Amino acid sequence: MLFNIAIKNLVGAGIRTWLNVFVTSVSIFMIIFSSGMYTGMKQHAMNVSIDTEIAGGAFWHPNYDPYDPITFEDSHSITPSILTELVESNKALEVLVSQASIYPDGRVVPVIMKGITLEQEILNIPTKEILKYEGDNIPILIGRGMSKYTKLNIGDTFIIRWMDDNRTYDAGLGEIVFIMDSDNFKIDFGHIWLPIEKMQKMLSMENESTYVVFDDNINPHSAGDWIKRDVKYLIRDMETIIEQDRPNAIMIYIILLSLAAMGIFNAQTLSIFRRKKEIGTLMALGMHKRKVVLLFTIEGAMNAIFAIILTVLLFGPLLYYFSIYGVPLPIDYSDMGLIIAKRLIPIYSMPLLVATALIVFLILLLVSYLPSRKISKMHPVDAIRGKTT
Amino acid sequence: MIKFFIFFISVIFSEPNDQIIDEIVKKMDMNLNSENRVIKSKMIIHGRRTSRTIESKSWIVGINKAFTEYLSPAREKGSKMLKINDKLYTFTPQTDRIIQISGHMLRQSVMGSDMSYNDILEDKPLNDIYTASFEKEEIINDRKHYVIFLKAIEEGLAYPQRRAWVDAEYFLPIKEELYAKSGQLLKSTSMSGIRKIGERWFPTIFVFKDELKKTSKGTEWIIDEIEFDVDIPESIFFKSNLRK
Repeated sequence: MLFNIAIKNLVGAGIRTWLNVFVTSVSIFMIIFSSGMYTGMKQHAMNVSIDTEIAGGAFWHPNYDPYDPITFEDSHSITPSILTELVESNKALEVLVSQASIYPDGRVVPVIMKGITLEQEILNIPTKEILKYEGDNIPILIGRGMSKYTKLNIGDTFIIRWMDDNRTYDAGLGEIVFIMDSDNFKIDFGHIWLPIEKMQKMLSMENESTYVVFDDNINPHSAGDWIKRDVKYLIRDMETIIEQDRPNAIMIYIILLSLAAMGIFNAQTLSIFRRKKEIGTLMALGMHKRKVVLLFTIEGAMNAIFAIILTVLLFGPLLYYFSIYGVPLPIDYSDMGLIIAKRLIPIYSMPLLVATALIVFLILLLVSYLPSRKISKMHPVDAIRGKTT
Repeated sequence: MIKFFIFFISVIFSEPNDQIIDEIVKKMDMNLNSENRVIKSKMIIHGRRTSRTIESKSWIVGINKAFTEYLSPAREKGSKMLKINDKLYTFTPQTDRIIQISGHMLRQSVMGSDMSYNDILEDKPLNDIYTASFEKEEIINDRKHYVIFLKAIEEGLAYPQRRAWVDAEYFLPIKEELYAKSGQLLKSTSMSGIRKIGERWFPTIFVFKDELKKTSKGTEWIIDEIEFDVDIPESIFFKSNLRK
């Protein structure tokens, strides 16, 4: 009976009910959408990093610290034989790292010069494009961001200056042979890529490398004094950045939920004061105070259910569309040092959908219950007379 | 008689032999290096639009110790640089930090000029680190010059090859081209304003040009005052002096 009365009351309230339901459903949509975007961003960053940088993990030279370029000049040695065997069987790739300066159009630009195994298929870097080069210059692969920054295009030549293993400066002519499009700014900005054999010769570091990246299908345990870095270690920085940003996301959820809750709370409070006589009559006819409270709580719950249904009907197709085609982002975040896709695909997990629906439902129950508690303190006669105490 | 005539002609007109080239390089070293010296100079850095002038005073002992204090402009005043053997330290009052310049950082330019820290650090006599070979004679500004090519005999030099145009009278490299190992021209220098100071000829104006930077218009280094063989207290070269 209470359920029927609740339905009648909600339908009877007309536009007021539907506005509440709509606002709540917009809030649910926004929560799911922003959470999805957030998860999508995180997942994309992880995927891109693993795809272009990490693969199954790496072995680093003991002195190598990618965040300290000063260590580069001492972080190279003959690649351990166990890793060389993996490289030869295409299960790993070598990278030799050094600082250098390039002079595009006479300007000096400090860069990180990386020599890489060209035949590799482990990382999503189009190194095989360099194999097509037949000229005499040093063939160079750069990213789109680096190309824009240095104004270098395919076929452009420029001077590269480096310091070899004997600490003698040397210079040569580099030529851009390919420009790659990568969402990973870490392999793009400030980087030039060239064949490892060429770089080993340039730097007088025959058969040496700085780190070796291995395929995700294998799991080598040790390689001399070289340090194994697993995927978990290599993505820790990104996870930290995302974790640091989590409070911002939580604040957004709280604001959106508060908006929805305030709407319902406001509507329920108004409804109680407008329906005092009706409540008084019901109580005079013998309805227990607890049932009156329950009636209003059910109305709140119904509000939440309608809102969830409306979200599915109204925003479901939109959420689905975004999950397939992504959301175009207005600016290129790679300039800010973030790995964010130009078309970000939100990811809605089942726990996210269920949790959001459940939280909204519980909050609406609570904000419906709180104002209706006041009814229990009213005397039926006062209620019928429309007197508030 | 004929034999003597041929020998005489060959001595007069032949190219300088290795011994003579060595002598030329030694004389160059003698002119440019000294036991110690105190120099007050200014560096004029010509940029794309404007030029900056930086004044400094340097105390130099042999090839291993040098201390430079920048005197002006206000922005650079108080900055100091200390070279002890193969180590180079810099201090700027703004950061209040002593930084050791090493490795790739040596390639960076000093105060935005065309001179690198390496140019300052590498001060050994040419005869100790290069072998010289004669290329040709050339007349520049009506003066005879020997063009000699110097090739490094030790690893790790900033410029493994260099070509010098040595004035036949002053024994100073009036013009020099500095090359990378691959033969790529990296820097060019020239000197003028040659004066007789004591027993030596010494240039008072040096021009450095980074040949890789197309936008660079070169850096002039003008020596205003120079004193050779003066007493320089050892305390000048204490690291703690950088902060004073």
